[in-house]
Amino acid sequence: MTFWQITLFLLDGFKISVLIFFVTLIVGLPLGLPIAMCSMSKFKPLKAAAKVFVWVIRGVPLMLQIFIIYYVPGLVFHYQLFGQVDKYLLLNYGIEDAGRILAVLIAFAINYACYFSEIYRGGIESISVGQYEAGKVLGMMKSQVFFRVVLLQVVKRIVPPMSNEIITLIKDTALANCIMVAEVIKQANTLAATKALIWPLFYTGVFYLIFVGVLSILFNRVEKKLDFFRG
Amino acid sequence: MAILEVENLGKSFGHLEVLKDISFSLDQGKVLSVIGSSGSGKTTLLRCITSLERADKGVIRVNGETVFDASSPKKESAAEERRKQLAVGLVFQNFNLFPQYTAIRNVTLAAELALRDKPDYKQNKKKYLAETREKGMELLKKVGLAEKADSYPWQLSGGQQQRVSIARALCMNPSILFFDEPTSALDPELTGEILKVIRQLTLVHMTMVIVTHEMSFARDVSDEILFMNQGVIEERGAPEQIFSAPKSVRLREFINKFND
Repeated sequence: MTFWQITLFLLDGFKISVLIFFVTLIVGLPLGLPIAMCSMSKFKPLKAAAKVFVWVIRGVPLMLQIFIIYYVPGLVFHYQLFGQVDKYLLLNYGIEDAGRILAVLIAFAINYACYFSEIYRGGIESISVGQYEAGKVLGMMKSQVFFRVVLLQVVKRIVPPMSNEIITLIKDTALANCIMVAEVIKQANTLAATKALIWPLFYTGVFYLIFVGVLSILFNRVEKKLDFFRG
Repeated sequence: MAILEVENLGKSFGHLEVLKDISFSLDQGKVLSVIGSSGSGKTTLLRCITSLERADKGVIRVNGETVFDASSPKKESAAEERRKQLAVGLVFQNFNLFPQYTAIRNVTLAAELALRDKPDYKQNKKKYLAETREKGMELLKKVGLAEKADSYPWQLSGGQQQRVSIARALCMNPSILFFDEPTSALDPELTGEILKVIRQLTLVHMTMVIVTHEMSFARDVSDEILFMNQGVIEERGAPEQIFSAPKSVRLREFINKFND
């Protein structure tokens, strides 16, 4: 195999990594909000439930969560949901690994939503009460205070922890490997097993590095954009 | 005529009774300073009147309209609450400006949002917004900050920030303006500019209630002084009487501490 062919072969895997990355963001970012709201709720049972949920999800390895999501339907309900999806899409549409990827996406979305929710909560709680009070005495509606006064301040504060978390996410996609999803490292392993080539495994690092580089530039821009105010 | 009437106001935090049966009234155009040591309840009194805290007992009337009645069971609509809220303005100890807006936007934001309640807002949006901006600029000029209109709070000194926040409160046309220790967060050399603005406001007969530790200023600017001690109004009177001939022992001790 030429260098170019190997690059393309790995790129096929990296496409899956990037897919997991974006779907996790698209589902996880909004899903984190209601979880954050629940964990800040004045209704004690709801708050407790949210806290326990976040504790469990953050306290258990993501790899284990992937296993649980993937195997539990088969073990508990005697129906291998993700296996069936795999088979169905492969036979009818020629799409490979779809069920496995679906299981990974579910695990990632829930896991990351919990991390995001804690970042949201921290950001919202860090805004001084004085901002809400100032809005109230000026006769603003609660929603106006949130959207016009508080929100941008929260966004500014959560950009650094968010960028951290999102950069971690692209590297975490390698965990999909554990249920044989053909992401980039799995592809490199395949080369190692079938062609006795070990260097492509190291080469995968370049894909991550380029991706993280682009992300860093983007986050830097956002931070610069929000530099016009302090607080 | 009394513009502010407070009757039998009481407030506890847990077991701590912070306000005990407070009653007083204030006439239109008068300046009332509230003094007393920390923990005497003066800030809580202010926060109850401005609806930031809910009193447990009592009635508050502004302009003859009941804005708060602890015995009234019915919950008011949010719109009604906001309307009553605007009868009073509040200047905070630590300004609480909105950091992401320029000085002029800080002043006009709430007024702009309130415009939306007007039935013909959509048709005359441009005109209304221009008027509001003009009014905001007028107020910034009044507090001496017209040239800082496009500065963000972090670009302003503490004194300038506090002056912006005074303009912001005035922009909603409150009947009474409350100050919660407006100079306590400032360097001593910056307090003068705030006091100057407050003094200016007395010239246009703005009704004001000022919680302060600036004794000489309180004496100078107020029509009346209210001395609070352990949740009650210990003594009330004209500045000369309060500072030169205090009746209660507590007040005498308090004033002596400041004269030392």
